[in-house]
Amino acid sequence: MADQSQHKAVQTTGHAWDGDLQEFNNPLPRWWLWTFYATVVFAIVYWIIYPAWPVGKNFTKGLATTTFVNSDGREVTMHWNTRAEFIRDMQSGEEALKQKAYLEKVAGASYEEILDDPDMMAFTQSLAKVLFADNCAACHGLGGTPAEVGNFPNLRDDAWLWGGSIARIEQTIRKGRLGYMPSFGKVLSNEEIEALAHYVLSLPGGHDVDKGLVARGNKLYHSEQAGCYYCHTNSGEGLYSQGAADHTDQVWTVADVNAADSAAEKVERVKSVIRNGIQRRMPAWEDRLGDEEIKLLTVYVHGLGGGQ
Amino acid sequence: MKLNHESIEINAGLMIVLIMLAISIGGLVEVVPLYYIEDTVEKVDGVRPYTPLEQRGRDIFIREGCYTCHSQMIRPFRDEDMRYGHYSLAAESQYDHPFQWGSKRTGPDLARVGGKYSNAWHVKHLNNPRSVVPESIMPNYPWLLETELDYSDIAARMRALKAVGVPYSETDDEYQANVEKFGKEVAGMLDINNAERNLIVQAEAGNYDKDPGSVTEMDALIAYLQVLGTMVDFSKYDEGYFAEFR
Ligand code: HEC
Ligand code: HEC
Ligand code: HEC
Repeated sequence: MADQSQHKAVQTTGHAWDGDLQEFNNPLPRWWLWTFYATVVFAIVYWIIYPAWPVGKNFTKGLATTTFVNSDGREVTMHWNTRAEFIRDMQSGEEALKQKAYLEKVAGASYEEILDDPDMMAFTQSLAKVLFADNCAACHGLGGTPAEVGNFPNLRDDAWLWGGSIARIEQTIRKGRLGYMPSFGKVLSNEEIEALAHYVLSLPGGHDVDKGLVARGNKLYHSEQAGCYYCHTNSGEGLYSQGAADHTDQVWTVADVNAADSAAEKVERVKSVIRNGIQRRMPAWEDRLGDEEIKLLTVYVHGLGGGQ
Repeated sequence: MKLNHESIEINAGLMIVLIMLAISIGGLVEVVPLYYIEDTVEKVDGVRPYTPLEQRGRDIFIREGCYTCHSQMIRPFRDEDMRYGHYSLAAESQYDHPFQWGSKRTGPDLARVGGKYSNAWHVKHLNNPRSVVPESIMPNYPWLLETELDYSDIAARMRALKAVGVPYSETDDEYQANVEKFGKEVAGMLDINNAERNLIVQAEAGNYDKDPGSVTEMDALIAYLQVLGTMVDFSKYDEGYFAEFR
């Protein structure tokens, strides 16, 4: 038990519970009180410098200002606010300037120059990787390989639907693409579709197919009735202008043939594509991403697999 | 009764009232002025109330608790701008009741997700996020595709929103005012009398879930997601224009 006598001088709150239970009314510690006064002073200084108090339909704007350059090149100085600060930061913040120096270099350079310059390539890779993760990975997968075959093309393989040249990749990203093949389920009979599937599977070689059906499918493929050759060409190599898949390689972008575990299952998967048709949309990015960003992504995707 | 230390401390009722008064001051001085300060909501073209289908999609968004993981508020910071696009305006959520700003981001911000992905992607993703994003921790929502949208009460829902200030129209005068403000096409969509028909027409034209036969909850939710953040054409405005309002 502490000696209570030393507190004799201290006031109590005046009330007593349980007969003798009293409460001291100690003054606040000095340091606490001064800290409190300091926060009050801080608040008043803050009100003077920054936007603070509502006045009628307006508010006090404060003395602090922010300066940035408007779209028309005019320098604008206005009262401090987070939006003006944001614009200033985008234009002249330390990090932004560092990045801008590189971005301007990339913007001013031709694609050949970027591809040949290790320094610009390193910057492109690091920034484009983030852009790809934020905007493209949800469909194409983090590294350019989608979660499953069928809905979105693999960007790492060497096969291109719309072309793997820099110019065509940029066009793909900028404008988007619609991969469209009509459904043949109502136009062709099941046997005809079966024959076509055998023929398509025979093109790359290495799959179990029926010779007779392949011959029949060959004829159909090049007939006016089915018209596969319009888009996939006579040789079956496909047309970049149509985004039509190449049937002669081992890469399958819609029909997941390579994952099928029997010959019959392979045929079934190809048949299902012919029967149901295809409608796959790659969104357009020119309204969402800036010119430099599209340029970076083009170089990045070009480098992922078999850029032409 | 004197209002001193003792009388407050020994009177629980009085103390509660005074505490509530003290802590509400902070909230009141921050919130109340926003209702009458002229520049709170930016003057900007293009923002309109949701169509009946989008509004039902929004109701489903709230019902499923999507907001527990997703905010709809891009802040004016450089890194947010680079990831999500232009910072959100107050004007863009002027017809949102309740707004979905939030601050909890287990998943990405959705304020500008409209147009980012295809409808087909949204269907796959909502059905099973891991079928497109293997590392995703978002839950599956398989029932959206199977559940027919109940739109029998759409007019009542719009009337409720109208009561809190969303300009859906019921009388001819209100309709004319909307034609004036939003143009004929949009005004037609905001007409409560045609709500059900408008909803069905939009669902069939958009065919968001690739199942033309029926209007599902998936149709409505995707219609809503695809309009998020797309109403304002930012290329029409100067860099500094929106800063003038702050
Ligand atoms: C909503 C899903 C989706 C998103 C997001 C998406 N893509 Fe695509 N992308 C597709 C689809 C689907 C195709 C295939 C179109 C077709 O079938 O012809 C495609 C095709 C492509 C192709 C052409 C491939 C070829 O073989 O010719 C490139 C290149 C490409 N995307 C790059 C990108 C980049 C870069 C991004 C990010 C800015 C991106 N994609 C975002 C869905 C998407
Ligand atoms: C209008 C043009 C067009 C016609 C006609 C057409 N296709 Fe296609 N086909 C495409 C396109 C485009 C793709 C790639 C779709 C994509 O990438 O989204 C494709 C893809 C395919 C695939 C999938 C290839 C893979 O890698 O997974 C098969 C199989 C196929 N076509 C078979 C046929 C057959 C058989 C016919 C004739 C009955 C035919 N196509 C007619 C445009 C066409
Ligand atoms: C448990 C938290 C959680 C809930 C609840 C949730 N999500 Fe997500 N969401 C995520 C995560 C994490 C991601 C990022 C990975 C991915 O794309 O799946 C995501 C991604 C998304 C994306 C893609 C955003 C982008 O820009 O890539 C959309 C759209 C989306 N969610 C919509 C919804 C909708 C609609 C609901 C309600 C039906 C919902 N989410 C509920 C966690 C959640």
